[in-house]
Amino acid sequence: MFTRVAAGYGEPENTLTDPVVLALPGALPVLNKEALDKVIKAGLILGCAIAPVCTWDRKNYFYPDSPKNYQISQYDQPICTGGAVEIELPGPARNVMGAHRRIPLTRIHLEEDVGKLTHGATDSLVDCNRAGTPLMEIVTEPALHGADEAFAFLTALRTAMVQGGISDCDMEKGQLRCDANISIRPAGETKLGTKVELKNLNSISFVRDGIAHEIRRQTAVVTGGGSIAQETRQYDGEAGTSAAMRSKEMAHDYRYFPDPDLMPVRVDEAWLAAIRATVPERMFDRQRRYLEQYRLPYTLTSVLVPQLALCAFFEEAAALSGKPQAVANWIANDLQRELAAAGARAQAAAGVDLAASKVRPAHIAGLVGLVESGVISSSIAKEVFVEMFATGDQADAIVERKGLRQSTDAGELERWVAEAIAANPKAAAEFRSGNEKALNAIKGAVMKASQGRANPQQVDAIARKLMG
Amino acid sequence: MADDLIFQPAARLAAQLAAGKISAVELLQACLARTRAVDGRVKAFNSFDEAGALALARQSDERRAAGQARGPLDGLPVGLKDVIAVEGQPLTCSSKMLANFVSPYDATVTAKLKAAGAIPFGRLNMDEFAMGSSTENSAFGPTANPWDLTRVPGGSSGGSAAAVAAGELPLTLGSDTGGSIRQPAALCGIVGLKPTYGLVSRYGLAAFASSLDQIGPLAHTVEDAALLLGAIAGHDPRDSTSFKAGVPDYRAALAARKGPWRLGVPREFFGAGLDLEVGAAVRQAVEFYRQQGCEIREVSLPLAAEYAVAAYYLIATAEASSNLARYDGIRYGHRSAAAKDAIDIYTKSRAEGFGPEVKRRIILGTHVLSSGYYDAYYLRAQKVRTLIRNEFAAVLRDCDALLSPTSPVPAFRLGEKSADPLAMYLTDIYTISVNLAGLPGISIPCGFTGAGLPVGLQLIGRPFDEAGLLALARAYESAHDWHTKHPIL
Amino acid sequence: MSNNPDLDLDYVANLARLALSDTEKTGFSGQLADILRYMDKLRQVDVTGIEPMAHASPVFNVWEADVARPGLPVEAALRNAPAQRQNLIVVPKVVE
Ligand SMILES: [Mg+2]
Ligand SMILES: [Zn+2]
Repeated sequence: MFTRVAAGYGEPENTLTDPVVLALPGALPVLNKEALDKVIKAGLILGCAIAPVCTWDRKNYFYPDSPKNYQISQYDQPICTGGAVEIELPGPARNVMGAHRRIPLTRIHLEEDVGKLTHGATDSLVDCNRAGTPLMEIVTEPALHGADEAFAFLTALRTAMVQGGISDCDMEKGQLRCDANISIRPAGETKLGTKVELKNLNSISFVRDGIAHEIRRQTAVVTGGGSIAQETRQYDGEAGTSAAMRSKEMAHDYRYFPDPDLMPVRVDEAWLAAIRATVPERMFDRQRRYLEQYRLPYTLTSVLVPQLALCAFFEEAAALSGKPQAVANWIANDLQRELAAAGARAQAAAGVDLAASKVRPAHIAGLVGLVESGVISSSIAKEVFVEMFATGDQADAIVERKGLRQSTDAGELERWVAEAIAANPKAAAEFRSGNEKALNAIKGAVMKASQGRANPQQVDAIARKLMG
Repeated sequence: MADDLIFQPAARLAAQLAAGKISAVELLQACLARTRAVDGRVKAFNSFDEAGALALARQSDERRAAGQARGPLDGLPVGLKDVIAVEGQPLTCSSKMLANFVSPYDATVTAKLKAAGAIPFGRLNMDEFAMGSSTENSAFGPTANPWDLTRVPGGSSGGSAAAVAAGELPLTLGSDTGGSIRQPAALCGIVGLKPTYGLVSRYGLAAFASSLDQIGPLAHTVEDAALLLGAIAGHDPRDSTSFKAGVPDYRAALAARKGPWRLGVPREFFGAGLDLEVGAAVRQAVEFYRQQGCEIREVSLPLAAEYAVAAYYLIATAEASSNLARYDGIRYGHRSAAAKDAIDIYTKSRAEGFGPEVKRRIILGTHVLSSGYYDAYYLRAQKVRTLIRNEFAAVLRDCDALLSPTSPVPAFRLGEKSADPLAMYLTDIYTISVNLAGLPGISIPCGFTGAGLPVGLQLIGRPFDEAGLLALARAYESAHDWHTKHPIL
Repeated sequence: MSNNPDLDLDYVANLARLALSDTEKTGFSGQLADILRYMDKLRQVDVTGIEPMAHASPVFNVWEADVARPGLPVEAALRNAPAQRQNLIVVPKVVE
């Protein structure tokens, strides 16, 4: 944030430091422009007001992971204020959209991260690598009503930050961290009880579980006639328990004052406009557009919209083919499945990257065109897709090479049907005696004999004629 | 030969080096000999690295022999106050806290000196973490005034001033937060300049009060100060408070700029508390400028005179309480052997590592920032600071510079004020407001008391007009011979 | 402290993480009371509508581009560490 030494995760201990990070005598902070650009972009994504002028303050407190024993932060002039995160709560069923809410934000400010402390049996160890990394702190209003909302909030926030290119938000790497402040109140009352801060919530699921646990704990205390102590508790996600932290006994008198080493930042309209031009469409706005503009079903949109690359892929394919629903189906189902399978074969946990896929939007559009114009059947299309994914060849080339074009040759079709009737006398007899379903067995035999190339409508008509 | 080099102005030495009359090694050896002869009594040095400096001197001589000398400073030893980082050298800030600390990096001014071919030499004594006005607050013992070894050299850059005054070094760097270059320069009878805030990078200067600290030169003459300032001034991307401006040729400006000047004399800087002999010497200097055709105006700085010390000690101690929090015995510095837990490391290491004045100021600064006191103390002091800056700006609209005493008193006796911190703070009464306003100020010798103690004249200029200020100072110096007088040691 | 009810020396010393001896406490409380009394003169100044001055010559937007510079080798970074083990700084156990 205030130094130019490289940042990184998983590097050998204390190899990413410099005089500024270590707070050596004489070292001075200098702002990183990129960090400012990103927090402004985050603010624009979340609809915050961007302060025309923001300043830097020192938050003074001693802790062994804090090299200067003060943290450079923003106290009374944060860069972003207001804004909201739109969330979707779980719907009544997987294929039904849940209710949406807007969670109002108080502020977003920039500060610097501290180092890492590891605790041994008899001593603690300090690694300063992470110290000095830019940290964006997003504070919500007390507006989340429970564990599920918190879960939905973090999911939506993470999507917004990843799609905005602000952060990869990998909680394991500490790129997204969450402290939850929890207080309860009797139903119908407006005044909240004493708040408890919950720390060490290392995954979004732990956030949900930890909050649920804390609500149960506080409810039990209050209904048991006890009162809630204002404290910070550490949640143990594996054990599902929490314990009060002792270090917070120290007085909270941070003695904020303007950092004399740093100059204020003035954000003008030109700077804002340049960043605004890079802000992507918000996820739920995009979902609403897909529902209306492309008439996609909700389930397809909820596969596509969390993944910006998939959305771009879809929109390009839809534009090429003019058949958005068919295209979306191929992308959300077959393409996703093949990518995941390829990933599993390559032992890549996250699947093979869409960017590395040999199937491009034009392939999907071509395939859909062949199905729509009756050149191939949808079952042949599945086979063509697998071949496209493996080779990167266009669908029409595969169809020609493998002779997969639907047959409409009346003579050939009649021969296949006649052979099928002869080979399935029982089914033929049942059909003739009025069992419509028995026709399927004849048609199935024709498809098998033709290796799927027979046009189903023609086969139907010929079979009825021959057995009529 | 060596004796001839002692007390020579740096500009003369530079000319002799350029002419091949002396070598950098000879010059350094002369300084070493002088230091060995007198520093046992003066105690200007905390330490020095003889072998390292000689190696640099040899490199300078080789450059010169190859026709690749880097300019006037090439081969000149420059002493550094022990608060400025030099890679591989101790950086103690005259504190037990950093007694064993070795800096892994160069301050920007150090890097600039090296680039100019100068030889950073010696770690010069000071008040611990630059907090003090007498160099008595050093964990390694006080420095003595070369003019009278029973008296203080001033502070906090007392070692930097005494080393020049005693002939140990031709040039030194000090730092000035409230007068810490100008006051010791005055008390030791040499030239000391505090640049405009932002002219010289603070990167690598262990911070006392970030919004007030500036590094500046101490030297025998105004020309030498101009020479050294030119080498260290200029924008530094590693210091956000460093000003983006070109650096003029200060030495060339000495001759180019001639008066007459319009000079202001602040009435309040000649009032109660001013030593009679100091006042007389400074008034005579004012009279000199009048005789040279300068327009002398009596001006008034009532807020600066009355409130600067109070505002300064609130702001400086508040910033210091935060700046010195990093000295915690964890990553470097003194760690108490008695520390049993993480809290102990802080409280005991800091109790053992810091001296009383540093503790007093940390306590004061912590208090004035603490919950419930911030508005009444710190915030109010920052507002008063605005008023003081505005007051100076108004006066400097009609005046090119202001003239005043540097210190209200000549060098006082060792121990005389150490029991009364407030009395010590008040010795900075004429210099402090210049830091609050961020202006350049220079102290030059303007006479002696009857007891033979030097008196300093302070000249205060407009922001970033160091060239004009140096020319004004030079006009006085060239008509007087105070700078040619040296203590007998 | 009796000299100055405004300054809670124990509270402030704890914030500043400074252990003070009894002698220091006695000395400081008297001296700091004097100093704070002197500071009180600032109350005489009318500062209505005056902006506080955080910088001597404020400019805006001082920053650098996001270009990494080499840092310190780990040996240099830990050269002054009072205690270290396997390139980590050792401190007494911190209890959370
Ligand atoms: Mg780092
Ligand atoms: Zn924070």
